[in-house]
Amino acid sequence: MSNNTFTRVEDSPTGKKLAGPVGWLDDRLGLAAAGKKNLRKVFPEHWSFMLGEVALWSFVVLLLTGVFLTLWFVPSMGLVEYQGSYKPLYGIEMSEAYASTLNISFDIRGGLLIRQIHHWGALLFVAAMMAHMLRVFFTGAYRKPREINWLIGVGLLSLGMVEGFTGYSLPDDLLSGTGLRFVDGMIRSIPLVGSYIEFFVFGGEFPGEAIVPRLYIAHVLLIPAILLGLVGAHMLLLVYHKHTQWPGPGRTNENVVGYPMLPVYMAKAGGFFFIVFGVLALFGAIIQINPVWVYGPYNPSEVTAGSQPDWYMGFSEGLVRLMPPLETTWFGWTFTWSVFLPAVGGLGLVFTSLALWPFIERWITGDEREHHLLERPRNAPVRTALGVAAMTMYGVGWAAGGNDIIALKFGLDIFAITWVLRIGFFVFPVIAFIVTKRICISLQRKDNETLSHGWETGVIDRSPAGGYAERHAPLPVEKAYALTSSREPLPELESERPKKADAKGVRNPKYRKQSLRHRLREFYYSGSVDQPSREEIEHANEHLVGADQHPIELGEDFQGISETGVPRVH
Amino acid sequence: MRKLSTRRRHFLALPALLAMALLLTGAAYAVVAPDSATAESDASVSQIEAGRQLFVVGCASCHGLNAEGVTTAGTDGEPGNYGPSLIGVGAAAVGFQMETGRMPLARSGPQAPRNQQTYTDEEIEQIAAYVASLAPGPARPSEKDVDWQSVDEEGIARGGEFFRTNCTACHNSVGAGGALPSGRYAPSLKDVEPIHLYEAMLTGPQQMPVFSDEVLTPQDKREIIAYVKTVQQQGNDGGIGGGGLGPVVDGMFMWIIGLGILTGFAVWIGMHGTRTTKR
Ligand code: HEC
Ligand code: HEC
Ligand code: HEM
Repeated sequence: MSNNTFTRVEDSPTGKKLAGPVGWLDDRLGLAAAGKKNLRKVFPEHWSFMLGEVALWSFVVLLLTGVFLTLWFVPSMGLVEYQGSYKPLYGIEMSEAYASTLNISFDIRGGLLIRQIHHWGALLFVAAMMAHMLRVFFTGAYRKPREINWLIGVGLLSLGMVEGFTGYSLPDDLLSGTGLRFVDGMIRSIPLVGSYIEFFVFGGEFPGEAIVPRLYIAHVLLIPAILLGLVGAHMLLLVYHKHTQWPGPGRTNENVVGYPMLPVYMAKAGGFFFIVFGVLALFGAIIQINPVWVYGPYNPSEVTAGSQPDWYMGFSEGLVRLMPPLETTWFGWTFTWSVFLPAVGGLGLVFTSLALWPFIERWITGDEREHHLLERPRNAPVRTALGVAAMTMYGVGWAAGGNDIIALKFGLDIFAITWVLRIGFFVFPVIAFIVTKRICISLQRKDNETLSHGWETGVIDRSPAGGYAERHAPLPVEKAYALTSSREPLPELESERPKKADAKGVRNPKYRKQSLRHRLREFYYSGSVDQPSREEIEHANEHLVGADQHPIELGEDFQGISETGVPRVH
Repeated sequence: MRKLSTRRRHFLALPALLAMALLLTGAAYAVVAPDSATAESDASVSQIEAGRQLFVVGCASCHGLNAEGVTTAGTDGEPGNYGPSLIGVGAAAVGFQMETGRMPLARSGPQAPRNQQTYTDEEIEQIAAYVASLAPGPARPSEKDVDWQSVDEEGIARGGEFFRTNCTACHNSVGAGGALPSGRYAPSLKDVEPIHLYEAMLTGPQQMPVFSDEVLTPQDKREIIAYVKTVQQQGNDGGIGGGGLGPVVDGMFMWIIGLGILTGFAVWIGMHGTRTTKR
């Protein structure tokens, strides 16, 4: 659009009409000044920055569809005889919660669609949060000053899981009852106080009458309210800190390069909401989820093969399946370790280590600076490798949660799978750690090579003597900048080694702590290579341009070489 | 006509004719065959004898010449039952095992898999008559026993209750099947004939318990069949089913396809800034 066709909003017909009321509002609320600043806030762009947005939009979808469901759902365990239109359950006695879920599915127009969107939305919500968290982890975006936002994120993830679980338990069908039974077992396994907590939560013995109404209040009021508050805080902090960005030309630790919130980012984000909603609606419309009617009403004496929690609880379930039986009785108290350790301990460990990691890392690296540029995963090999190892461990637990399905679908022996996973739980993460770390370090070396020897052009020279050599071209300055600007120089570990006593022979009282930290530092940086120094790069460039080989004529279009070795020309 | 006359000498002509004759007699037999509930007593001596001969050829290697079972040394010197005794298992067991293609067992494994039926219906009746003549056992169910279409709605709902209390623990709530220890499994109930549903309950193959007529009356069994069949035929409300495998599959779907599509969109949006670099 050229400038002369551009009309300012104030001068457009609509603008003129709205000027009165908008001015009235602004005089009273003074939003224009605040809006001007915030709406022009700049956000950088990268696809991985949109994973969090997927989580946000699926939360919005959940709120919308959830409100629809509340209109018909009856949170009561009172018994009724089913009179609805699903014939195979006609006349069966069931709880009102289950009956009303059947009604939503079969007798309310659009009810089944909304139920299915709601459930798919829940799966996406937690999955997107987790993917978003992995992005933040692997890029080091949680470093100072963003630790608090990381903690809020951990809170959101755990609450999101609880929210999903309470929702899953509401319809009071056989599967959700089995899930509740699992959690009941988890609670009861807590040493000493377990059975008291069980009585408190269920208002008596499992399942009792109280649990569905209680879960309902938690599910539609308590947890969504907390989630909403946390999401708000998360966003506010994001705006306050400004978004991190990938290193690149013109991007420094002090600026943000990107598009303004209004109109560009708003349009993109708004559009993305419709895409997320669209995908969820598509899922809800064509793929069945949680067909509660085939499970039947909950009855403590029934179970079904292939009972599973939703995926985000699969990890806990899997750990319980992996744990060999272990129970002790001390002084008349029974401790069911085989449930407590994997279920309660496992979840506790996951969330505790997630919450503590930024602080542990900071203690190890001693890094007190602010970071607004992201770190490429390869440049923090130990962090990346730990992340992959943790993912592997999580994956093993998750697979164990579906061991019966794996056995059935692939015709394998369930015991064999369990044993492989039991051993794998300890062995696979170690392998993953070693492999990932090696890959990271190789990639660092590769970067160094491109920095000092330039791009491989894919042009092969044959010398008169018959030898072959590939020509290299100097790296464009912007690329070199992107590669180097966020990379931290490695510390001088040798000179920091703590001493037992100083030169005068006075004992160092903090020796133990210092030496532990030193050893962790050595571990954290071991194997990493420093990037080439300025002199090295300059020297290499001279070499590239002059000397015995002709500099390559690179056209305007030359953009380097793709991974497959083909010059990238547009 | 010329075509027929030239094909008459085709090398498949004889087998085809034989097969047709067999089929015809089979069909004719099925029409005139006495109600199988009484077949046990009425089974003619010649039928039993024919069954015995078939048995000796096809089954005795594992089940013994007189169906007394064969015990051979298994691995590691442990005694292993090569084929269990069939005395007293009744015609229903033979019918179930043979018509679902489980027997004759082709390859030993943790469990006889469902397979193509290899014997003709007539031969199966003969072997069943032979096994039934060895000792009393459950007879094959009658037409009336498996007439699930006559069950009313109340009965179907009741059948659902029976199914959930007795069967879903192994076969899953939609009958999708489930894993059991040591490589064994409860198979899917999809497309299983009503008569085999009945016989499976009556004879309890393998790990499956026997649901005798005292536990589940013939009426109960018919209602269970009606429930299973109704649920299988009603189609999937709500879209493509996860094969009844539930949340594990759903979770995988969301991670791979859902998040995959959305990441694709994110990449696409990320590539198209306002100042697009595309030329
Ligand atoms: C290769 C060995 C083998 C052959 C051949 C074989 N069976 Fe079996 N049969 C077995 C084994 C092993 C079992 C038990 C395991 C199972 O049921 O999966 C069995 C079980 C059975 C049962 C179920 C017994 C019960 O307690 O319910 C019947 C009935 C039976 N066989 C009939 C036959 C008939 C009839 C034939 C011939 C057409 C035959 N079998 C051929 C090995 C064999
Ligand atoms: C303890 C677990 C268990 C229970 C409970 C159980 N079954 Fe089974 N069922 C099995 C196993 C194992 C097999 C496979 C037997 C074989 O292959 O020899 C089986 C096989 C069957 C088959 C044969 C399927 C085919 O592929 O031909 C039918 C039909 C069947 N069961 C129906 C039922 C019904 C109906 C009930 C409830 C009344 C029930 N089962 C309860 C374990 C069970
Ligand atoms: C934060 C996100 C939320 C998650 C993860 C979530 C998750 C779930 C899940 C998994 C179910 C089971 C659905 C089924 O398959 O039947 C469910 C049911 C339900 N949810 Fe939510 N939910 C969320 C937010 C909400 C909100 C905000 C409301 C209402 C204000 C709501 C209202 C309901 C109701 C009434 C049901 C029961 C109805 C039914 O099962 O059909 N949910 N929820």
